[in-house]
Amino acid sequence: MTVNGQSRAGDVEPRTLLVHYLRDDLELTGTNIGCDTSSCGACTVHVGGESVKSCTMLAVQARGEDVTTIEGMATNGELHPMQQAFMECHGLQCGYCTPGMIMAATSLLAENPNPTEAEVREGLEGNLCRCTGYHNIVKAVLQAADGGTNGGAS
Amino acid sequence: MIPATFDYVEAESADAALAALAQHGDEAKLMAGGHSLIPLMRFRLATPGVIVDIGRLSDLSYINDGGDHIAIGALTRHMAVETSDLLTTEVPLLAHVASQVGDPSVRHRGTIGGSIAHGDPASDLPAALLALQGSVVVKGPGGERVIPAGELFTGFLETAVGPDEMITEVRVPKVPGAGWSYQKFNRRAQDWAIVGCAAVANGSTTVSLVNMGPTPILASAVNDALASGADVDAASAVAAQGTEPPEDLNGDVEYRTALAQVLVKRALTEASGG
Ligand SMILES: Cc1cc2nc3c(=O)[nH]c(=O)nc-3n(C[C@H](O)[C@H](O)[C@H](O)COP(=O)(O)OP(=O)(O)OC[C@H]3O[C@@H](n4cnc5c(N)ncnc54)[C@H](O)[C@@H]3O)c2cc1C
Ligand code: FES
Ligand code: FES
Repeated sequence: MTVNGQSRAGDVEPRTLLVHYLRDDLELTGTNIGCDTSSCGACTVHVGGESVKSCTMLAVQARGEDVTTIEGMATNGELHPMQQAFMECHGLQCGYCTPGMIMAATSLLAENPNPTEAEVREGLEGNLCRCTGYHNIVKAVLQAADGGTNGGAS
Repeated sequence: MIPATFDYVEAESADAALAALAQHGDEAKLMAGGHSLIPLMRFRLATPGVIVDIGRLSDLSYINDGGDHIAIGALTRHMAVETSDLLTTEVPLLAHVASQVGDPSVRHRGTIGGSIAHGDPASDLPAALLALQGSVVVKGPGGERVIPAGELFTGFLETAVGPDEMITEVRVPKVPGAGWSYQKFNRRAQDWAIVGCAAVANGSTTVSLVNMGPTPILASAVNDALASGADVDAASAVAAQGTEPPEDLNGDVEYRTALAQVLVKRALTEASGG
């Protein structure tokens, strides 16, 4: 598979979850694990440009796919507009949910470049913030959308 | 948690998947989007010896006009159903119900065939299929057959689809001008319904219920009452008749009975344009 633009090959046990392959084999530990029940979204990455919970996908299911993790969002040391907006709007507190939020939010804007506030909240329903900082997260996503500067998926 | 070990077969065609099922028998399980199966495997509630991955069968991902019905490939993702212009025009209930499944990341992976094959009484799409009086096309060693929705759900997580068969297509009749409603009651946005209700009013009215028994079910008492001329109040009063609602942390039988009555009433009112 291609991960953050780099071709990656390896042998894994079929039962290896994509999130474990990314974290343990590729040492891309920006993608977090927050639950056992596919509910929290901390593990969200893009597969083929779309948000996916990487704890609910086998690594073998991603064979040949284009995968992007939070590590692949910044380009040449410059933050992705969504990352910039999260920073400016204080869209994070402890930061645990943030990588997943950013991946879900960019996928959302790729499908709906000008969402209403309600659409942002619905679009992020699969991502939980244990610090409950939703207000500023939604603000950040709306700012990134407004900025018009490619809030879309990588 | 991590699933138990299994052998993995990536099917390159529906026929190859069927051959793998025939070869491995009871040990084998199809995997489409994996969004019901992987969670079960992570809790070791399912420990299949062989996974036959049909997730890449892109020729089974389509939404086509079949004349009097819309034909949807079994591997079509929930997101594609939700955003289909054809379905939004011809079968708006189904597009809407797909948008109510889980969250966007779940809808990017989960498939209509997988959801219906799983037959979870708490899931949304089987209820829509029942209310629409749709059917599924199933392929097996003996060829193809069509199973009407009303004969599909046979027991808890059990369907009339045999272990050596697979669903290849889901068919829903076109109902462009029909009244319809989907009422999903839950506490958190991404959750399954505590109780749900789908209604389609197209001449006669068909109502189905979510999470009111061991399988997705038709609200037969309501449908019979409506057929013999009952009004919305009288029909919704019998919403729970003949059902076996589950009891869990979200609600007991009494609570689910009351919810079913309220949701059926809302659904009938909305479907009749009220
Ligand atoms: C966090 C989360 C929230 C969810 N919320 C909801 C919700 O609110 N409402 C809801 O309805 N669902 C919900 N789901 C379930 C989701 O809709 C699943 O995608 C769906 O139930 C199963 O589809 P799948 O393609 O992932 O099937 P899989 O998990 O791959 O398979 C499920 C079962 O069906 C069988 N199967 C799959 N495809 C076929 C086929 N073509 N022919 C025969 N058998 C087949 C498999 O062998 C397996 O037994 C949720 C899932 C998650 C992870
Ligand atoms: S870790 Fe994947 S959803 Fe929680
Ligand atoms: S910022 Fe702490 S979990 Fe969201």
